Amino acid sequence: MSDWQAVIGLEIHVQLSTQSKLFSGASTAYGAEPNTQASFVDVALPGTLPVPNVDAIRKAAMFGLAVGADVAAESIFARKNYFYPDSPKGYQISQYERPIVAGGTVLARLDDGREITVQLTRAHLEEDAGKSVHDAFHAASGIDLNRAGTPLIEVVSEPVMHSSAEAVAYMKAVHRLVRWLGICDGNLQEGSFRCDANVSVHKPGTPFGTRCEIKNVNSFRFVEKAIDYEIERQIRAIENGETIVQETRLYDAAANKTRTMRSKEDAEDYRYFPDPDLPPIRIAPAEFEALRAALPELPDARRARYIDALGLPPYDADKLTEDRATSDYFEAVLGALPGQAKLAANWVNGELAAALNESQIEITASRIGAVDLAALLARIVDGTISGKIAKDVFAAMWAGEGSADAIIDAKGLRQISDTGAIAQMLDDVLAQFPEQVAKYRGGDAKLFQFLVGQAMKATKGKANPAQVNELLRERLDASR
Amino acid sequence: MAIETAQLHRLAHLARLDLPTAEEVRLAHDLDALLGLIAQLQNAPVDGVRPMAHPHEVAATLRPDRVSESDRSAALEGIAPEMQSGLFLVPKVIE
Amino acid sequence: MIALTLASQRAACAAGTDLLNDALQRAEAAAGLNALITLDKPAGVATTGGDLAGIPFVHKDLFCTTGQRTTCGSKMLANFVSPYDATIVERLAASGAVSIGKANMDEFAMGSSNENSAFGPVLNPWDTARVPGGSSGGSAAIVAANVVAFATGSDTGGSVRQPAAFCGVTGFKPTYGRVSRFGMVAYASSLDQAGVIARSAADCAEVLQVMAGHDPRDATSVDRPVDDYRAALDRGVRGLRIGLARELFSAGVRDAMQATVHAALRELEAAGAVLVDIDLPTLPLSIPAYYVIAPAEASSNLARYDGVRYGHRAADAKGLRDLYSRSRAEGFGTEVKRRILTGTYVLSSGYYDAYYLRAQQVRRLIANDFARAFADVDLIAGPTTPDVAFKLGEKTADPLAMYAADINTVAVNLAGLPAMSVPAGFIDGLPAGLQLIGKAFDESTLFTAGHALQSRTDWHLALAPGAVR
Repeated sequence: MSDWQAVIGLEIHVQLSTQSKLFSGASTAYGAEPNTQASFVDVALPGTLPVPNVDAIRKAAMFGLAVGADVAAESIFARKNYFYPDSPKGYQISQYERPIVAGGTVLARLDDGREITVQLTRAHLEEDAGKSVHDAFHAASGIDLNRAGTPLIEVVSEPVMHSSAEAVAYMKAVHRLVRWLGICDGNLQEGSFRCDANVSVHKPGTPFGTRCEIKNVNSFRFVEKAIDYEIERQIRAIENGETIVQETRLYDAAANKTRTMRSKEDAEDYRYFPDPDLPPIRIAPAEFEALRAALPELPDARRARYIDALGLPPYDADKLTEDRATSDYFEAVLGALPGQAKLAANWVNGELAAALNESQIEITASRIGAVDLAALLARIVDGTISGKIAKDVFAAMWAGEGSADAIIDAKGLRQISDTGAIAQMLDDVLAQFPEQVAKYRGGDAKLFQFLVGQAMKATKGKANPAQVNELLRERLDASR
Repeated sequence: MAIETAQLHRLAHLARLDLPTAEEVRLAHDLDALLGLIAQLQNAPVDGVRPMAHPHEVAATLRPDRVSESDRSAALEGIAPEMQSGLFLVPKVIE
Repeated sequence: MIALTLASQRAACAAGTDLLNDALQRAEAAAGLNALITLDKPAGVATTGGDLAGIPFVHKDLFCTTGQRTTCGSKMLANFVSPYDATIVERLAASGAVSIGKANMDEFAMGSSNENSAFGPVLNPWDTARVPGGSSGGSAAIVAANVVAFATGSDTGGSVRQPAAFCGVTGFKPTYGRVSRFGMVAYASSLDQAGVIARSAADCAEVLQVMAGHDPRDATSVDRPVDDYRAALDRGVRGLRIGLARELFSAGVRDAMQATVHAALRELEAAGAVLVDIDLPTLPLSIPAYYVIAPAEASSNLARYDGVRYGHRAADAKGLRDLYSRSRAEGFGTEVKRRILTGTYVLSSGYYDAYYLRAQQVRRLIANDFARAFADVDLIAGPTTPDVAFKLGEKTADPLAMYAADINTVAVNLAGLPAMSVPAGFIDGLPAGLQLIGKAFDESTLFTAGHALQSRTDWHLALAPGAVR
């Protein structure tokens, strides 16, 4: 079985986060009562006409620029003709010839650290379909057109991936990118980000096998499982002497298997042709310039900068660039505390991430702002408090007790760095534990840490640990 | 050029038109005649001519991203043949 | 009695005539023509001002109106009442004009005789054994019958100009994009344009002034200023160059029609216009190109009629496919089915390049012909139709003969140009139409020429035997 190679291409449907629909002024908000967000255009009443949403076009172009693709100065909407109840016009407005985005690449990083570059075929604008409700009525299905007309880009990759791990890594990279760009909310549960997978198997050096398309998978885990199942099914079938038929399959998550939805014989002839209601979409050069200027620093570029210029370990850089809000937060901390990248990264990825996770809030709603966190970290840097005390101060800040400095002062947490005071305190400690001092001097090195602990306890943790170490060693070793 | 029955059935299926046999015969005949008419296009000197989908060389006018529509479900209910619980009804669809 | 015009209506109103009541009575008197699908008796009529205040008129029954059903001449929409008004319905209402009903038409605007209406044929007021033309047959007949001073229409391949010619009235088709298509039920979107039928070019100018203008609800509506059409009326045709296209006077055009139209053109010449011969070499291919492009677009535009959200729904459907196929089979008439199947064919896999794409290329050749001609002339002229109105039933058995009769009108739609049919005299007592074609967005020159002709002649004011007196 090991000489089989899977060939995988993905079509990712990315709902664009516009207020209104691609061709009507109806709201795109999720979860409304059925058909309350279906305008006359969305319901395809006689005489209604589509008028394109400029923001959807800008967001699609933004994606193209971000993946280094050719963004068309003139693109064309086409009609894809087929009958289905969730497609009220009897056609879907999509793009066929001359899509808005052609080509481009996405860099994906696998869990094992391996990187792959996935070529994109295209990304085209289209309208989403409505939804069929199958379980509400006995003999009927119900049609809700609230989602009909929501703008999407369909991001089509070349068939260049060879495992479910690669496919998922690529899907995650696209997911991170569209959220980073602010063009999609990335909500998989609500269907804002969905995926069709084209899977075939062959032996390297031989022509590609017949592909099957797995429709509408809406979680990273299901994509992985569906592809794994499908690869295995195809290999098993071929080895049993069966031929793979080109077909559309559905992934059944409960059973963890794919099953036939429709075969090629039932396939519609979509009769694409340019939509006569919609003249070409043009993006003027000035508009291109504005879009380029609005393009944020992209996650891959930031990650590279964090590693190369800031000297962060790849692990930290990966964590910080998982989403733009985290990265922007980190940037703001660093802006207020220059030169302390590693310290800032540790705190953003550590204490802050844990607190956010515990409180179930987004970093954009963090109870401690980036500048306030920087002020706390500055007190570690200047020796006012230890890292350990800083965690207590952080907790107090999280609880809303005030700024770092106010809490340090109010609680008297300032670190003791007065050599005389520490020496006096150490002398007291040594006098208190003569037995342990003797054992240490007798060669039991472990007892050094015990004595440090006692010293810290005596000062409620406020003694400067480095000084405690140094002065204690002086005392113990000098008189040995 | 003659339209074959299978081809007419395929077209009727794509267009979702139920054709009674009598109508089918007539429509096949009419389509044959029409195909003869449009076959004239085959001799047109079109080499290198850019197809024309719209009368004018203008771009689409666009609209700003603004919610301008409100709930129209009551009006839709008024004209729908069958609607229940706010949903348009169709015979059960099995996927 | 005189022919109803905007001026005569305003004079009658000033003299105390209740225009609305008068129009309703006229409509009753002309009911035998079957020109209206719906006759409305508006309860209270706003007396607000506006350019067309108080003037009764009718809409072709494909403009969506909240007050009256919009049937498109189809069983599919026989009971459909739109929950919104078309843009031009709003504009005309705002001008103070009073809609008294909806005009009969060929189903979904597909036809040239009005015999394709699910509500029965319309009769020609000049000879009730003849067709009024189509698809805006009801609109032309109701104006020719002297019931109202104007009616709206739509023109996809001649559907305003040809019935205007057959009924002896003036029909105006604006440049594609000049008038909003929002709320006009689509037949072939890249060809459809709303127009107006009235007695005179001057009245068409007044009504178009109200209808024209950019509409943000139609992405093909063109955002450019609207000329002052009334100001263009009296500009005069001295020095105006009118091209007589050889292909519009082809062998298929009856001799008497050629002679009649030439005579009308000589009136314009006498008024100072310069007549020159021109060529539109690709025009003979306009019929095959049209009968690819229009059905292709129609097959897609009419896919929304599926019995689910509105319109005719087949009873006791045995499944989704049965619901679709029977609702559509029961709701659509033969001509509509013919065009849907044709359109499906020319777009289908394997035929797209040979038919649809090629037709689009021919379309450009036709547009290029016009562009070349307009480098030298201001207007292009010819007969609107090859012959006068034909008899009811004469061409119903032969769709191709019916299509061929559109030879002089469809090229204008393919090129998206403005054009007008003006009465040009009579052949055996039946009206003949002169077609004038203008440059894109130059409606003004058409109005200038039409008004110049109608200032010298009174063919447009002649009353049909079936007109209400």
